[in-house]
Amino acid sequence: MGPRKRSVGSGARGPRDKVKTMANKILIPTPLRPFTGKQDAVEVDGTTIGELLGNLTAQYAGLKPHLYNEQGKLRSFVNVYLNDEDIRYLEKEKTAVKPGDTISIIPSVAGGNEPESKN
Amino acid sequence: MAESLKLMPGIADAIRRHGVDTYPNECCGALIGADGLVEHVAPLPNTTEEGARRRFLIRPSDYKFVEQEATRLNRELLGFYHSHPDHPARPSQYDLDHAFPFFWYVIVSVQQATPEDMTVWRLADDRSQFREAALQDA
Repeated sequence: MGPRKRSVGSGARGPRDKVKTMANKILIPTPLRPFTGKQDAVEVDGTTIGELLGNLTAQYAGLKPHLYNEQGKLRSFVNVYLNDEDIRYLEKEKTAVKPGDTISIIPSVAGGNEPESKN
Repeated sequence: MAESLKLMPGIADAIRRHGVDTYPNECCGALIGADGLVEHVAPLPNTTEEGARRRFLIRPSDYKFVEQEATRLNRELLGFYHSHPDHPARPSQYDLDHAFPFFWYVIVSVQQATPEDMTVWRLADDRSQFREAALQDA
């Protein structure tokens, strides 16, 4: 094991230099809260939406099958908002995240009956 | 059917009435309560653009509204209901593909503008199927 790298900065060790990455708040919808210890919001590090969601599902593995499909893509009925903007209209999972931004996961509740049978 | 969802008096009628009002289109709405007891329903607009006779969609802003409303009432968002006009009260593959865990999904069949069976379902943990639960009056 090599020497552990300290955080960058003046070299002074104080509470401000203990974390180099930033944490953002992710709001969790009701049906996914059982996977986050009933928390309605969690703090996760990351610089893009994709990274944040990756870290979120690494931390709370039970979320993964409900957020991503078998091909590893975000499910179509899972909406992710950066503050009040749907990431589909930004740069999707490559959307950059700034300190203080809030990410919301909001379900698209949809359904219906079987398509019309062919005559 | 190990699990059961209980409905306070008037809830089942409110869901049936909504299904009749929107017939031949699908209705949809939220179920609010606690500990498997539905105390309030919130009828919501069906915003699908894929044909409301076969589909429903609750827009994210309405989802957020009912989740906040449940919190305001010191209750939980328990799930959602919708109608199947002229189809049985059984979930479709489309319902399954769009389901979330832990939510209760109530379906009312409306045949020729007359409400018939009402059922309730929950998603299996592995997302492979819905499991039917019992629907009871409280």
